[in-house]
Amino acid sequence: MKQQVLVLYLNSSALDDRVVGWASYDGTGRTHPTTGDSDEPPYATGVDALRDGWRLFQASQLIPPYPGHEYDTSFLKHEFLFEKLE
Amino acid sequence: METTSHLLTSVLMARFAAQGFLRFDSVVPDDLNAVAMDAMRAGVPDVPYGVPLSKAFPDDSFARRLVGLPVVAGALHSLVGPEPTVDHIAVHVREPNEGMAQPLHGDAIIDTRRDAFDVQLMYYPHEVTADMGGTLLVPGSHLRLTNESDTGRYQNLRGQIRLTCPAGTVLFLHHGIWHGGRRNDSAQRRFMFKTRFNPTTPQVRLWDTTDLDDPAVRAELTTTFPWYEHATGRLEIYNRIALWRTLTGDDTFDIDYWATRVSNRPGRTA
Repeated sequence: MKQQVLVLYLNSSALDDRVVGWASYDGTGRTHPTTGDSDEPPYATGVDALRDGWRLFQASQLIPPYPGHEYDTSFLKHEFLFEKLE
Repeated sequence: METTSHLLTSVLMARFAAQGFLRFDSVVPDDLNAVAMDAMRAGVPDVPYGVPLSKAFPDDSFARRLVGLPVVAGALHSLVGPEPTVDHIAVHVREPNEGMAQPLHGDAIIDTRRDAFDVQLMYYPHEVTADMGGTLLVPGSHLRLTNESDTGRYQNLRGQIRLTCPAGTVLFLHHGIWHGGRRNDSAQRRFMFKTRFNPTTPQVRLWDTTDLDDPAVRAELTTTFPWYEHATGRLEIYNRIALWRTLTGDDTFDIDYWATRVSNRPGRTA
């Protein structure tokens, strides 16, 4: 059994919000995704990926900002990991 | 070196503050591009860390001519002052059909400075076409506090720039901007010359400020990008306000009251 992984970064913590970033990793070896290889996301929203058969297996926790760093920006906050198995 | 007639405008400085980079297409003449290509193929001598710009490059070198071009000299003066030091130089080469891209990254290490910044010049001596793996840039990522390639999982972000450009194009990048060399799917080697500059003077009003009150300045500073999450995008504006206050020395500057509102504590002094 081989795993394909799709990572979607969403506009908010809601799974039906729009995709702002994406990555994919293909355990089947059929495709070779890499950095900067497309300008359009594979799905418009996280739910669109579910509808296409992707299985959600991890979502970012909602973590309060550390005191004194409330205005800092860093990594994208709303990361959702999906898989397909074959 | 002529600089004063080619200083950046406030609108361009605001664009740099918002987007983390500026782009100047075809500003290097063809003859200098040819000299630079020959030099890069032969190997460009290293520059020791921290050498003043005026002493960093031999007089007859392409690098000396490059930083002496009025548009380049004026931009450098505006961003990092009259005599920055050269942090380091590098010739970046993306090999033909190499099969891999660089992970998305910021250069050096996480850099928490909020009242100073380094600038990286990227110079492309030949045309970069879509399949040559031109630099990937993420506009507006420069104020994010991340360390080097910890962002490597982000393969693509909405609104990213996959650089294509004519020969002789020069970019000026804030040190924090997320970027990477893309996979070169062509049969040609792709060259880019990079130099990092450190300021040696406070980076306050070093540009041509005659247009400081132009509404276009504020328009640049309010730019948002498609990859920003809605809520975090507001924090980007907040941090941009702080950067513009530093650059202008005006601690009352604000956009849509974001900074004023959250610092209003009547009766308190700190």
